Amino acid sequence: MLYSDKVMDHFMNPRNVGEIKDASATGTVGNAKCGDIMKVYLKIEDDRIIDAKFKTFGCGSAIATSSMATEMIIGKSIDEALELTNKAVAEALDGLPPIKMHCSLLAEQAVKAALKEYYENLGGIPDDKKKYFEVLQEDEHSV
Amino acid sequence: MSDLATSRIYLDHAATTPVRPEVSAVINDVMNQHFGNASSIYMEGQNAKRLLEEYRDQTASVLNANGSEIYFTSCGTESDNWAIKGVALRNFGKKMHIITSSIEHHAVLHSFRSLEKLGYSVTYLPVDTDGLVHPDDLKKAIREDTCLVSIMMANNEIGTIQPIKELSAIAKSRGVLFHTDAVQAVGAIPVDVRDLGVDLLSLSGHKFYAPKGVGALFIRKGVQLNNLFDGGTQEYNRRAGTENLPYIAGLAKALTLADHEMKESSVRIEGIRDKLIDAVLASIPHVRLNGHRTQRLPGNANFSFEFIEGESLLLLLDHYGFSCSSGSACTSGSLDPSHVLLAIGLPHEIAHGSLRITIGRDNTEKDVLSIVPVLLKIAERLRAMSPLYEDYLNARETEYELCEKCYKDEEDK
Repeated sequence: MLYSDKVMDHFMNPRNVGEIKDASATGTVGNAKCGDIMKVYLKIEDDRIIDAKFKTFGCGSAIATSSMATEMIIGKSIDEALELTNKAVAEALDGLPPIKMHCSLLAEQAVKAALKEYYENLGGIPDDKKKYFEVLQEDEHSV
Repeated sequence: MSDLATSRIYLDHAATTPVRPEVSAVINDVMNQHFGNASSIYMEGQNAKRLLEEYRDQTASVLNANGSEIYFTSCGTESDNWAIKGVALRNFGKKMHIITSSIEHHAVLHSFRSLEKLGYSVTYLPVDTDGLVHPDDLKKAIREDTCLVSIMMANNEIGTIQPIKELSAIAKSRGVLFHTDAVQAVGAIPVDVRDLGVDLLSLSGHKFYAPKGVGALFIRKGVQLNNLFDGGTQEYNRRAGTENLPYIAGLAKALTLADHEMKESSVRIEGIRDKLIDAVLASIPHVRLNGHRTQRLPGNANFSFEFIEGESLLLLLDHYGFSCSSGSACTSGSLDPSHVLLAIGLPHEIAHGSLRITIGRDNTEKDVLSIVPVLLKIAERLRAMSPLYEDYLNARETEYELCEKCYKDEEDK
């Protein structure tokens, strides 16, 4: 089998698929041309992510990492969510084939892109948080 | 989604076919009874040699060739490499221009790339939206220093059948050798080397119910090419290496069976394919057929599903018991979707959503058509979670940034 049981479980039964109509912020990363797009919706109250949903166009691991990433950040404070890494998402899925690692970066980037929008709505990213958004400059395909 | 499949329906016959029982029986017989080396002078060797020549004649007769024009190889890829590099290297330093199409199998394309690195100049002919090479393009491409044209008989992804007879006649009129990769065609449609007018033709056993690991190259009498393998005197001094007699027996048997059954089998398979194409296009929105509507292999159907990525589609089909393939980047092991789908003009995002269904002799109409409602269900499910479909429904255009890597690819083109 190409994928771990956990990846297949999240692919076959993805958690948190959908939209949040009154989302606090959304983040969209990827490109149809490259074959994967992730859109993450966050509902944030009192600096805490109380809900997260996603929509993804992509392969099995793109869908599974979207599902896992949203599951990992629901209930977390923004500071905790900022610590999310693609490695942690991949590990939580019991690993991904090497050629699919870029999908996990896309999941991290989608979450970060939404948090960036959240900060920008509030007036800007605080200086001490800027380092968490460097990942948005990275090329997913180099991972 | 529950109701996991209990039985499997194999719809990937362009990838490989199961070995027919009649074929494995012959292979076993030869393997058990004729272990001799066909190069040995004693009885075991000479028996093997006699059988080898029988299988060569059988193979030749199906293709309307002479026995002395058939050379057994290890696979279609070897046949392609040999034909292309053999002719090109024979002309090294003299005629160093070679021509192929942009939708060839990698065995051909990568052979051309490797010759390009050696200093050969290559013309990659374009194809139209149906995947057809235009004879006029070939006419214009041939130069004084052209030594070889290689154009596949039928495409492995979209099934389009090329006008080989017309193309080979153009090459012949200009004194240029013509090779065709007929790996997908042999066993599926009539292949007559004299009628086609080709100088070289590659075929592979496992595409017509013989095992993997055996192929052949037709080399018209008088055609000169370098050897690919150096070694012993096997295959009339042209292809070194002890002959794989059991598998050669299997190839000859499978080819003969395919030839006898071709008319009946291709009509039946083509009928199922047409019903499948009609049903998919009628019942699932935002789907297009790739490849020529009629000038295509009997068992091939290739669709593009908008707003969906191919690997996800394949994983869900697998879950429901269907084995198919796709030209998406995620299934090709690279970042780009299939070069064939891009060459017929599909945008990347549509090429990523492609699905190839290839029907074989064991498939019933009922089995094949049972994929249609499953495809509809899967398409609805994946579209419901696709941001592209959401954009489409809301008549919205979202700007998606191109990643650095894809930008680079764009510039390279």
